[in-house]
Amino acid sequence: MNGMATFPLLSRVLHWLMAVMILAMLFIGLFMASSVGPDYHRLVALHRPLGIAILMLAILRVANRLRSSVPTLPEDLPRLLRRIATTSHILLYGLMIVLPFVGWGMLSAGGFPIPLWGQSLLLPPILPHNPALWSWLRSAHTILAFALFGLVLAHIGAALFHGLIRRDGVLRSMCAKEAPSPDLQEQKPV
Amino acid sequence: MRFPGNKASLPDVFADDNRIGSKPMAQKPAPPPILALRWLGVGAVPAALALAFLWAGGCFSPGRVTQNRLMGELHNAGSYGHGFRRAHAKGVCVSGWFDASGDASHLSRAAVFHEQHVPVIGRFALAVGQPYASDNAATVRSMALRFMPPDAPEWRTGMNDPPVLPLRDAHDVSDFFTAQQSDPATGKPDPARVKAFGATHPWLRSAADVNAHRFISSGFADDTFHSLDSFVLSAADGTTTAVRWTMIPTQPVTPSDAKAGDREYLFRELISDIHTHALHWHLMMTVAGPHDAINDPSQIWAQDDQTLDAGTLTLNSIESEDGGPCTGITFDPLVLPPGIQPSDDPILQVRSAAYMRSFSLRAGENRSSSAVTPTLIQTPESKKS
Ligand code: HEM
Ligand code: HEM
Ligand code: HEM
Repeated sequence: MNGMATFPLLSRVLHWLMAVMILAMLFIGLFMASSVGPDYHRLVALHRPLGIAILMLAILRVANRLRSSVPTLPEDLPRLLRRIATTSHILLYGLMIVLPFVGWGMLSAGGFPIPLWGQSLLLPPILPHNPALWSWLRSAHTILAFALFGLVLAHIGAALFHGLIRRDGVLRSMCAKEAPSPDLQEQKPV
Repeated sequence: MRFPGNKASLPDVFADDNRIGSKPMAQKPAPPPILALRWLGVGAVPAALALAFLWAGGCFSPGRVTQNRLMGELHNAGSYGHGFRRAHAKGVCVSGWFDASGDASHLSRAAVFHEQHVPVIGRFALAVGQPYASDNAATVRSMALRFMPPDAPEWRTGMNDPPVLPLRDAHDVSDFFTAQQSDPATGKPDPARVKAFGATHPWLRSAADVNAHRFISSGFADDTFHSLDSFVLSAADGTTTAVRWTMIPTQPVTPSDAKAGDREYLFRELISDIHTHALHWHLMMTVAGPHDAINDPSQIWAQDDQTLDAGTLTLNSIESEDGGPCTGITFDPLVLPPGIQPSDDPILQVRSAAYMRSFSLRAGENRSSSAVTPTLIQTPESKKS
């Protein structure tokens, strides 16, 4: 099934919605963890539900990805680059699920109540109270967030490389709906 | 060819061949100067984001007070670290319960103001960075509490014994800790710096004066502890009320008389007091009057403000921090239940951020035993056996 020129609509919507959310989360996270006010508390209160929303969407997205057919990378792309592309996509999916779990888990281990929305709706703890684990996961949250940011930068660079240098349709496949294409029709399975 | 006919008008990023695996497409290299521009485009977006990220992290804002900066300043001011709290390092765990009187129940829907026998974990401490400091009557003392109603979100609060906080915002806090930096020659804060802090922060003078002349009680059990920061209570009907609160002891209050020679005299007394009888405090809510500053803890409130007795705290058990229930949590003043909200007092945010960072640092470090050891706390009976 590699006759499709672009990603299905749901995949594209999820990709761009989550791209905005994840970039926002990275900036909110870094900013709040290096400021002590006056927006610190408000940002922390926003960081938690937004992170949990990313977790939910990421699970939905992976499920959707596994059951939909997506375009393959151009065949003339060197094998190594394709490998890197596939691996980095798996890592991106992994981090958008692991990072919110680490955030949730670390607050559980730290014995904090975890308000999701307002003060009444709390998330249940997912790990036992364990201060050493809290400290370890708090560091892991930083390291994984920075890794995610690095991957996103490389990913954007790669997308622009496809779009501006190679001009091979890869960037377009995440931006536009399937265009009527004679090539495509030729490819339709018989 | 994808978009026949209008190729020239298309943005280049979209103008290209179909990505069909089986059909390698002809690449159309752009002329060199344009190619250079394109490469610039590829690099510019990630570079701009990376710069924005550094900005968010404070790299271009040297004046910003950050968690790391506060921890560094506490360290330079002599905070010991090594698994201990970065401030209020010398302490002991206590527990007991809280009984609401009902008198504050119309101001706040928080369960603590409505229920009886709400379990409480607490901690008494000296507001010093050194866990092995000698007890001293003049050192600020603190009471931190965690109220845990069985069916409602918990409430944490930390209170100190001076009546007002001579700090207004994050910059005051940072300047203050910097002024407290220990001089390598003496191991003590440089008096000139401390004086200079006073001179450059005249708006804190009246608060500092009040604290300098405060009454000092004999120990923890007869001490009065203040929220200092303001909070907003919200009632079931939606009305909100700005308050500060105070824990007032029912134990008879006597002035301090330092027991020279005993490094742990304050804690020893507290241990023997709790072992003799349960200790009680009234939680007094002070309702802000029309002229009281809600967003500035360095401003003293009017003397004739309305006060309400919200209920009685009972502490009947004491444990060392080594293995005690107050060690593995932080008393973040913004862990609040529905019915108690933060005010726009900036110090609350500073504290919340600093406590979380202090907690993550200390919880990852190896820690030696507390000055107040389990042995020190043994009851006379269990000592005999
Ligand atoms: C995709 C999801 C997430 C991303 C991208 C993300 C990103 C970040 C970043 C970049 C930081 C700053 C790290 C540092 O500089 O040390 C941070 C801190 C933090 N995050 Fe997340 N996070 C996510 C999900 C969550 C979730 C779900 C929670 C909790 C339920 C959470 C709780 C926290 C907390 C408590 C901090 C520390 C704040 C402080 O130190 O003052 N995060 N996060
Ligand atoms: C936080 C930001 C982003 C995240 C987490 C992210 C994540 C992902 C992931 C996981 C995929 C793999 C899709 C799959 O094959 O299953 C993907 C594909 C893609 N993304 Fe992103 N993305 C982000 C931002 C961007 C941006 C800003 C661009 C454009 C400049 C972009 C362009 C693309 C393109 C063109 C593809 C298709 C790659 C292919 O065909 O294999 N992404 N993205
Ligand atoms: C002005 C800025 C302040 C800063 C930066 C600050 C910083 C800290 C830090 C880092 C801790 C150790 C937290 C932990 O590791 O768990 C601490 C503990 C404490 N602070 Fe503050 N503090 C401030 C103001 C106050 C005020 C105004 C009060 C009281 C009204 C207060 C009461 C306490 C108490 C009671 C503790 C001990 C909590 C415990 O036993 O866990 N602090 N403070």
